[in-house]
Amino acid sequence: MTGRARVFGGDVNTDYIITSRRKRESLDPQVLRRYLFEELDADFAASVEPGDLIVAGKNFGCGSAMEVAVTAVVGAGIPGVLAPSFSRTYYRNAVNNGLLPVVCDTSGIHEGDRLTVLRGEGLAVRNETTGETIAAAALPRIMWEIVAAGGLVPYFRRHGDFQV
Amino acid sequence: MGMTLAEKILARAAGRETVAPDQIVVARVDLAMSHENADLVRKSFLEIGVARVWDPSKIVIIFDHRIPAESEKTATTHKAVREFVAAQGIQNFYDVGRGGICHQVLPENGHVRPGMVLVGTDSHTTTHGAFGAFATGIGATEMAGVWTEGALWFKVPSTLRIEVGGEFRPWISAKDLILRVIGMLGAAGADYQAVEFDGPAIRSMTVASRMVLANLSMEMGAKVAFTPVDETLLDYLRPRTTEKLEMIGPDPDARYQRVIHLSAGEDLWEPQIACPHAVDNVKPLSELGDVPVDQAVLGSCTNGRLEDLEIAARILAGRTVHPHTRLIVIPASQQIYRSALRLGYLDALVAAGAMVNAPGCGPCVGVHQGILAAGETCVSSTNRNFLGRMGSKDSRVYLASPAVVAASAVAGKLAHPETIVKEVPCLTEV
Repeated sequence: MTGRARVFGGDVNTDYIITSRRKRESLDPQVLRRYLFEELDADFAASVEPGDLIVAGKNFGCGSAMEVAVTAVVGAGIPGVLAPSFSRTYYRNAVNNGLLPVVCDTSGIHEGDRLTVLRGEGLAVRNETTGETIAAAALPRIMWEIVAAGGLVPYFRRHGDFQV
Repeated sequence: MGMTLAEKILARAAGRETVAPDQIVVARVDLAMSHENADLVRKSFLEIGVARVWDPSKIVIIFDHRIPAESEKTATTHKAVREFVAAQGIQNFYDVGRGGICHQVLPENGHVRPGMVLVGTDSHTTTHGAFGAFATGIGATEMAGVWTEGALWFKVPSTLRIEVGGEFRPWISAKDLILRVIGMLGAAGADYQAVEFDGPAIRSMTVASRMVLANLSMEMGAKVAFTPVDETLLDYLRPRTTEKLEMIGPDPDARYQRVIHLSAGEDLWEPQIACPHAVDNVKPLSELGDVPVDQAVLGSCTNGRLEDLEIAARILAGRTVHPHTRLIVIPASQQIYRSALRLGYLDALVAAGAMVNAPGCGPCVGVHQGILAAGETCVSSTNRNFLGRMGSKDSRVYLASPAVVAASAVAGKLAHPETIVKEVPCLTEV
């Protein structure tokens, strides 16, 4: 997974990812992606490219458990989010919708940096722009398999039940 | 080695002797609750392609976010869920006019019991930790997995224990305590953790007040939050269920990530207010100066219960809502609505100039029944004050206790109840 860093601050709540007001219009990720992060950066949605990676500060996705805060990100073609910590509901929703949550120190990453997410024993992020490699928390096997399947629905379609 | 309450319940549900923090387990689910977003769950469930839900008796669906339907889109959603519920034989369905806010309706009707694993497609599902349930919010997709399998993966949380001693000062409530804690620990202060509240000040609380602590713990990131399972709780539950009730608690030698000691008397001198635009931006009322309010809201899964309506009614009785302020009151459930009618609370509030809306989430989620205009300020007994939460992104929401909301409605600005009423009303739980 390689992409361009799109950097946000800490405590980005789900209303800032996609405001509740827009949910009145539609829950379709392809509609909602047009309003992604509009409260924080009105130009973000227009500038997002498939493959871009969200890079944020602590407690990303706090607030509501609303899943559209994940599906709108996935809808925009963003495959992963890097943050030193996630709110647990966002973390779960991300895994269950095939969005890779990467828990790592993001303080040295700047807007536009080229990042590659690597998986071995654990996870790591190589910043191609600075040459630095950042260690990331390992993802337990079951969660990795759900993400790799593209989310819980495709996972269940493939396996029928949880493979532990 | 002993286990915390979260560990104990998860171990049992996962069929293991013990579990430890950070372990991933697959646990059976005892109760699966959804509101209108049951429609999203339904769509994912159909995608998985299984014909029947795992156990219709363990699914509860309660409409609360947009009732009655405020748009054709919502009406269509409601209709689709009704049809699904009928087709799947889901008996525990609370339609418009039958229930109210899901987190009130579940315990009120005896669906929640100590020791359960309860998941809900709503972040404030933590509320049910006040009933000794391992209760947490999940997304719609994983709920479709629960409807299919009756099980879900969980990361075992570490536990933060908060012991509160002493006695509350006049006018200080559970809301002030939990706002103070969130202010101290921050919005991620308990991220992915279980919280156990205990101590004399907690055990002296009503069940309704304990629900406030468990409910708002979500706003510091908690996965689950418990208050003690004791006689007070069992007295609440016994008339509501025929199922066996278990006195469950943490082991005496349980391991905690951290233990915090607070004194209700010494650490809480005055009402606490969460200021715009974050729940952890908490300040004591006296530091805020003059803050005129256009709207005051009393309701929600946090503070729309009978004791909340009662204290507001006692503050507003014989007084009027300030001419520049509007007061919106929303009982949390049909049962609370009826009790508040019977006891005269709603009459006192309406006589003072309050507008009473039907039980439901109301304007808390910013979709209807009291949206704010640009430049407006609201004082609210609800649970979130994010930018644009209740309407315009140029509006401001201050979160406060029901007593402060009522007093502010009279004063037309943020106000301490003692400036409106000289004597603290004596409250009785009904």
